[in-house]
Order: sequence, then C-alpha cells, then structure tokens
Amino acid sequence: MGMSGARMVLECLKREGVDTIFGLPGGAVLPIYDALYDFEGLRHILVRQEAAAGHAAEGYARTTGKVGVCLVTSGPAATNLVTALQDALMDSIPIVAFTGQVPTHLIGNDAFQEADNVGITRPCTKHNFLVKDGRDLGPIIREAFHIASTGRPGPVHVDLPKDVLVKEAELVWPEKVHMRSYNPTYEGHPGQIKRAAKLLLRARRPVVYAGGGVIASDASEELRALIELTQIPVTQTLMGLGAFPMEDPLSLDMLGMHGSYYANMAVHHSDVLLAVGARFDDRVTGRVDAFAPNAEIIHIDIDPSSISKNIKVDVPIVGDCRRVLKALVAAVREELRGDVASLAREARKQWAAQIAEWKRKCPLGFEWDDEVIKPQHVIQEISTLTHGEAMIVTGVGQHQMWAAQYYRFKHPRRWCTSGGLGTMGYGLPTAMGVAAAWPDRLVVNIDGDGSFQMNSQELATCFENNLAVKTVILNNRGHGMVRQWQDIIYKGRFCAIDFGPSPDFVKLADAYGCTGIRATRPSEVVPALEKAFATPGPVLVDVWVDKWEFVFPMVPAGGANTEMILEKPGRAAKDKAAKAQTGF
Amino acid sequence: MQNGGGPRKHTIGVHVENKFGVLSRVAGLFSARGYNIESLSVGETLDPTVSRMTLVVRGDEFVIEQVTKQLHKLVDVIKVTDLTDESHVERELVLIRVNAEPQNRAEVLRVADIFRAKVVDVTPVSYVLEATGDEGKLEALLELLRPLGVQELVRTGKVAIARGPKTRVKRAEVPRRARGPEDPTVVGFAD
Repeated sequence: MGMSGARMVLECLKREGVDTIFGLPGGAVLPIYDALYDFEGLRHILVRQEAAAGHAAEGYARTTGKVGVCLVTSGPAATNLVTALQDALMDSIPIVAFTGQVPTHLIGNDAFQEADNVGITRPCTKHNFLVKDGRDLGPIIREAFHIASTGRPGPVHVDLPKDVLVKEAELVWPEKVHMRSYNPTYEGHPGQIKRAAKLLLRARRPVVYAGGGVIASDASEELRALIELTQIPVTQTLMGLGAFPMEDPLSLDMLGMHGSYYANMAVHHSDVLLAVGARFDDRVTGRVDAFAPNAEIIHIDIDPSSISKNIKVDVPIVGDCRRVLKALVAAVREELRGDVASLAREARKQWAAQIAEWKRKCPLGFEWDDEVIKPQHVIQEISTLTHGEAMIVTGVGQHQMWAAQYYRFKHPRRWCTSGGLGTMGYGLPTAMGVAAAWPDRLVVNIDGDGSFQMNSQELATCFENNLAVKTVILNNRGHGMVRQWQDIIYKGRFCAIDFGPSPDFVKLADAYGCTGIRATRPSEVVPALEKAFATPGPVLVDVWVDKWEFVFPMVPAGGANTEMILEKPGRAAKDKAAKAQTGF
Repeated sequence: MQNGGGPRKHTIGVHVENKFGVLSRVAGLFSARGYNIESLSVGETLDPTVSRMTLVVRGDEFVIEQVTKQLHKLVDVIKVTDLTDESHVERELVLIRVNAEPQNRAEVLRVADIFRAKVVDVTPVSYVLEATGDEGKLEALLELLRPLGVQELVRTGKVAIARGPKTRVKRAEVPRRARGPEDPTVVGFAD
C-alpha cells in the first residue's frame, strides 16, 4: 500500500525509535506537519528559532546516546540551522536534521524560500542527502541514522522537496544498512594494543588524557577499570568532563587553555601520554611543539584522520574507545602477570608525589569577597547543592570555563557544552532538549548574560512545554571573556564589550511565564539557587557577579601550556602577553 | 605538524560512488582544508555505479597522509590509493592549437611526428595537435612548440593506473601500503 512521502518520513522516524522531534513548520514542510496532525507516537516540540531545534536535538542526543532529530522548512530555516549542524559536527554529536525544499521541478529556479540546502550543509555535516524520489525515503533515512550514530558520530542532513512529500509511494524499509563505502573500524589492532599496554606499564610519568570519545562510546567504566589497574592520573578535555569522576584522587581535572595548573604540568612532564577519544585541539595543546615534549603518545580514536593530525603519535590505535579500552585492560592484566612493572611502580611513587606537590602549590581557587558575588562561588554552590548529579548545560564564555573548572562532575552524559565551535546561545535551547529527554532530572543551564541573549526567545518554548530548565545567568553586564582578553592582551583598550541597558532578566522571565529570581549579594546566592531548584517549571536566576573576575589559569593562545597566567597579571606580564599575541 | 620530507607531487586514485554531489564533496574537502589540487579527472569504471578519480596533489608526507585520510572519511569514497610510490602508468591528453604559417608548417609537423602527436584539425594558418603521454613527454613537446606559437592549450589532467598483476580485481581491493608502524588499519580503508 502506498503512502505519502510525508507520512513515510514520520513512519520511518518511528521505526528508528524516535520519540521526540524539535521543529518549526513552514511552506515546504507543511505536508509533514499535516501528516503529524493525527500521527500517533511522536512528540513534536515547537521551538521559536530554527537553530534552537538543532541545539535541542544536540542536547537530547548527547545525554541519551540516541540520535537527536529536528525538522525545519526550506531556505532561511535551513540556513538558520547551519550553526547547530557545524556545532554538532565539531563536537561529534549524532543528530539527523530534516529540511524542506522547494518542489524538485523548481530546484535551481530561485523559487520562494529556496536555498541550495545540501550545497550549504555539505561542509558542515558528516553526510547529507537530497531525496528525489519517494521510494528512496526509507533507505535514505535508514542510512542517515546509521551514519549519524556509528563511527565518529555526527550530524546528517536530509533535504526533502515538497513534491516528494506529497506524492504517494511504496515504503521501502531495508532491514539492514549496508554501505560498501562506509565501514568504520571498531576493533583496535591487537599488536598495537599490546604495545600500548607495555608502554603504559614501563612508564614512569604516565598521564591519561580523556576526551569526548569516551562519552560518545560509553567507555567510562572501561576507563575507570584501566585507571584502577594502573593507577595512572587522568585529565579530561572540555568535551570529556564526566568521563572520570573528579572526586577520585587520580583526577587532574581539565587540561588546556583554562585547564588546571597540575593537569598542564603533568601532561607537560609526562613520559607516556595515553589520549583516548580526544583530538589534540589547539585549546588543549597550546603551542604544539611544546606539548608533552618528552612523551611517547598513544592515541585511541575511531577517526583515523584525527590521528597524527596536529601531534605526531607513536602508537596509533584506530577503534571504538570502549572496545579498545576493554582490550587494553586485558592486555595490561596479561603483562602484569609477568610483573615487569614492579620497577616502574617504584618510580611512579615519585610521580604521584610530584603531582600532589603541584596540586598543593596551585589548586583552583579565587578570592572571596563579602560584598560582590564571585562567579566561581556560584558554580561551587550549584555543584554542592546538586551533589554533582545535575544535568549541566552552558553557553560560551567565562561562565562556561568556570562551570568546567568548578562543577565536580561524577557521571558521563550529564554535561553539554559547545566545545569545538564555541557557539554562544547554545545553553538554553540545548538544555531544553535535555529537559525533554529527562523530565525527572534537574537540568541547570549555566549561562552568561551575553550568551543567554542570543537565544532568550526559547524561554517561550520552555514555558509552553513545561521544560523545567533552571537557567543561572552569571551576569557581568557584558562580554566577559572578551573583556578578559582585551585587558590582558590588548592593553586594556576595551571595545564593544559593555552592555549599556540589558533587559531586566527577572521581568523577562516573568513576561515569558517563567519564574525569575535575582541575587546581587554573596549571601543571596544559596537561597536563590535553593529556591530555583525547588520551584517547578522553568526558572531564571539572574546573579550579578564581579565583572572584573577573570578565568585562571590561562594560557594565551599560541603559548606553551607551561606558560600559564595564574592570577591577575601586573603590567609587565600583560605587556609580555600582548607582545606575544599582537606583536606590539 | 612537523615537516617530514619536502613537498612533492602525489598521484592518488580514488574510487567513489557514482552519485550526484560527490565531485563537490571531494573538491570541497580540498578548498576547506587549504590543499591544492593540481589536476583532477573523473570517469566511470566498469561498474557504472562506481567512478574513478585521479588526483594530483602537492604536499609533504603529513599533508598527503591527511589528504588520504580525509578523502577516505567522505562517506561516498570507496577506496583511496596513493599510486606515487607504486609501479604505475600515468597519461594525460593535450590538445594544442599551434601557429602554422608557411615558414613553420613543416617544423610543427616534424615535432608532432617525433612525439607521435596527431594532427586533428588543419587550417591555412594553424594545426590542432593531439598528444598523449606522461608529464615529462608533454612538457618537452610544449617546450618545442612554444617558440612556434601556441594559440591555445587544453589538458585533460592526469589519469593513472597501477601496473601488472596488481590491477587484477582482487588484488586491487587491498591497500598496498600500511601507514602506521604495525597497523594496517591506521588509514582506515573501508575494505
């Protein structure tokens, strides 16, 4: 029996196990919305701007491990979605995005709301499709979900011309997906794994550097097993936070530009560095020739093109992090039987002592003030009040780095942040997606006043769908991270960072039907947060923080990770940083 | 990335799905990552669902390693083979319209003859020559024709094929050079 292409799309989504789609209707996708009118089993959440649909799908995908789905119309809707697609591409988030397209006979005709959707999304998706025939819908949607969720996950875009949605056709549903040109490698090479095991046990100053791949492949348990066995300290990337519990004494917290002193020192002085599901991003490595200069590097990654891209790797292992770590644990056990590592273990004591010394010398910290709220304090309180168990989402900027530094993560898949692309405005819509997937969990969106205002319209979506996101704005009345850079690197020539009038966020929340709370003094922080977490429905807390508080440690871009600025620099240090960055 | 070995020309064979948009994916990869394509040619293979591209790219070994890996990462790419250090044959076809005034008509023909180029169009003032060969031969031919007056030149770009028994279907499926120290899967060939 034939059915319309539109109905077929919904039927395929259901068969793929989709329960929620984030979307916004328009001319070219009206047939799908018409089919949705009486379609059972799919929840549609109407967003207020298309990028928000993409980010919500990202939040859903990142916290559930399932593919997130969004649906928008042609032309401007598709171009609005582009930011979310590139965001998902850079952070390896599995989403499938559907866009409408003008009827096939009008494609290329400069028709109303036409854009070359697949041409535009080609470089910002893992793969994309233009469906030209209703009979291809089933196989293409099947392939789209397969590509998005396997190998290195990523966004896949499917463009749907209106006539394909209207015409009836026979649903073709292949039971299995077979693509001769796409076969990711899952199992690591046994010889390489054995080499890695030997190297790790022989190491005197080993460090594990865990990234988002550990989260994406659900490898936290395997990582923990390896660490328990080998007692190697672990640092995590921004995307990897939650892969290893921060309360563990072997945790070195985050590394990189705003990483901890002890993580950067440990990586710099390591003799063996095991990178798992991480990609040696420039925010992690700093100056590449000064990154872990004496280390032999083992790199586990499912994407061969990540290996030896920025840093030459000594032992590459292509494969799924979870499977490779499992095999690595077995290989280490095998090696330990011969007890070849006893000598190294003795030396490791010195390494542990050295790391403890670094932790003592320079822990994460800030100066308390009785009058002005310190942003770090707010994050610490959120962390304490939620016992490190909340779903945490952030925007992009200083507040994001403080959240990464001061929230004590315990579990994987409870942290969403825009790492690779650094998309301001990511917080609220992504948190919305998380709240849709986890109605019974506390979802906290830690945002900045700049970042929040890029997608504040989504408060309406939260209210309408009772998505109980608790947004905490660290309000520093401007673009704080830019203020920090202009102060340290551009000689205090502040330009375009201070907001004159910002809206009254409490009234704004109220206008959207949400609850608004304000805190302006340190003593008000905990009561405000407690009230927010106890109030049902979406809540916004506007916390006025010290606008002169900066994120430290800080490695100026292009600097070596050992050249960290640890506290507000004096004039001489600023001049040095300015010269290195700007040349004057 | 540290430089290892100076930049040189690589000839890379790429089997791709014969689908719309594939050429744009490959070309887009090069422009997005700032690599230069010196030449690119595409055509159908014996299997009409598969196209074969021949790419000529200049780069040091790290650039070429990334190019190969990134090409392979494209979902529609079936196989990537760097032919440069393999025994292979490469050819290019050129069409050259060259001045043929009375005083040099004979000379043009002599040169064409030496290089086994064919005359495919004649007018009182010009010839169009068709020549095939590897890069060295064609450069040499052009060198000799240039002083006689080349009006226009069109090149197909290089095509290349591995020599000998390796072209048998079964063998050609296997990537011939392991890239990692021990790990043949490092490049991540799909097969």
